[in-house]
Amino acid sequence: MRRSVALTVNGQARTVEVEPRTMLVQALRDGLGLTGTHVGCDTSQCGACTVLMDGMAVKSCTVLAVQADGSAVTTIEGMAHDGELHPLQDAFWENHGLQCGFCTPGMIMTAADLLAGNPDPTDTEIRHALEGNFCRCTGYQNIVKSIRAAAEQMRAASVGGGGQAS
Amino acid sequence: MIPAAFDYAKASSVDEALDLLAADGSRALAGGHSILPLLKLRLAHADRLVDIGGLAELKGVAAHDGGLRIGALTTYRELLDSALVSQGYPLLAEATDRIADLQVRNRGTVGGGVAHADPASDMAGILLALDAAFVLRSRGGTRTVASRDFFRGAFTTALAPGELLTEIVLPPLPAGAGTAYAVQEQAASGYPIAGVAAVVRRSAGGCDHVAVGVNGVADAAYRAAATEATLRGTAGDAAAIAAAAARVAEGVRVQGDIHAPAEYRAHLVSVMAGRALERAIARSA
Repeated sequence: MRRSVALTVNGQARTVEVEPRTMLVQALRDGLGLTGTHVGCDTSQCGACTVLMDGMAVKSCTVLAVQADGSAVTTIEGMAHDGELHPLQDAFWENHGLQCGFCTPGMIMTAADLLAGNPDPTDTEIRHALEGNFCRCTGYQNIVKSIRAAAEQMRAASVGGGGQAS
Repeated sequence: MIPAAFDYAKASSVDEALDLLAADGSRALAGGHSILPLLKLRLAHADRLVDIGGLAELKGVAAHDGGLRIGALTTYRELLDSALVSQGYPLLAEATDRIADLQVRNRGTVGGGVAHADPASDMAGILLALDAAFVLRSRGGTRTVASRDFFRGAFTTALAPGELLTEIVLPPLPAGAGTAYAVQEQAASGYPIAGVAAVVRRSAGGCDHVAVGVNGVADAAYRAAATEATLRGTAGDAAAIAAAAARVAEGVRVQGDIHAPAEYRAHLVSVMAGRALERAIARSA
């Protein structure tokens, strides 16, 4: 019954053996040891398990690992590069966008999807994008502020970064 | 939560999917955002999931006969990104942006939601008001079922065992028709308590096209026939809207639950009907 699933996780080719009923989040956490992606409600409501699958934010508690076969998956572990935090991670730190931190990986992955399509979102657009991510420390004000700050930094980097703009 | 064990097969063509679905205990898997939660909660059972998610022929939105053909595997996100939808069917675009959340809209498919047939589904009420038809394929052939004949009860549709919903067909909107969707959502979950979608054309002779779809109220989404008949032929003024809206739950058994007892929900849906009709008429050219 076990099947082999081939994924590109954070840029690296990985293979994981799963049962058909194994969810992507379990394959990431238990199969590949990437425990940065959290399981909160486990019913596709809270968004703690959000990862990027082929560039789109998905709730990995509601995607079978076998459905992700052949996909590129980005988790929170894949956001920093060469010891440099991703602008979203940096902005959450600088703006107190987290308290306990449980929801943070999911918040950041959803924000990454939003900013990829909308580099300059309004607060309303940020809040609409975060409807599927719950923070129980009631930190939404600072989460929105963090995403706005990250967007600003990413826009500045793409203008000044020489060919980064796309 | 871990579902009971099931087998998994990925279909590489619609014909292969239909062969696999013909076996007892097989269920289709598209985006998975209806069936996987049910399997995890063990409210549903499958011996085998037939993954149709890779079937490119079931994806995308295309112009057709003045209207649209929407592949069953089109995600809500793809619907939102489609200029054909935003320009031609503002009702569909407006409502799709309210469905679930960003992550679910990235994975969830229109056809999956229709086949799941949650009585509260926004999309069901909207497709009813748009006079959508559903193309159903099986090994025996293809048939088309009108949306008003499709939703039979809670999570129950006209789909026969072994049949697969492959396409949603939208006829063109009547020229000059206005559209609107009014919904009261449960505050925490965003789940519709009562939703009313309206397509109305008011011309010199009065309202000559009236289509009203209702979700969240009865055991299945339905067309509000009494409301439509009451408004049709009138000038679409405030008194006519009020008279029509008052009949929106006529002939159905209004459901009650912890969020809205039946008596309250029956009142609420008449308010939503009034708002949807008023906005649709105001937008009718």
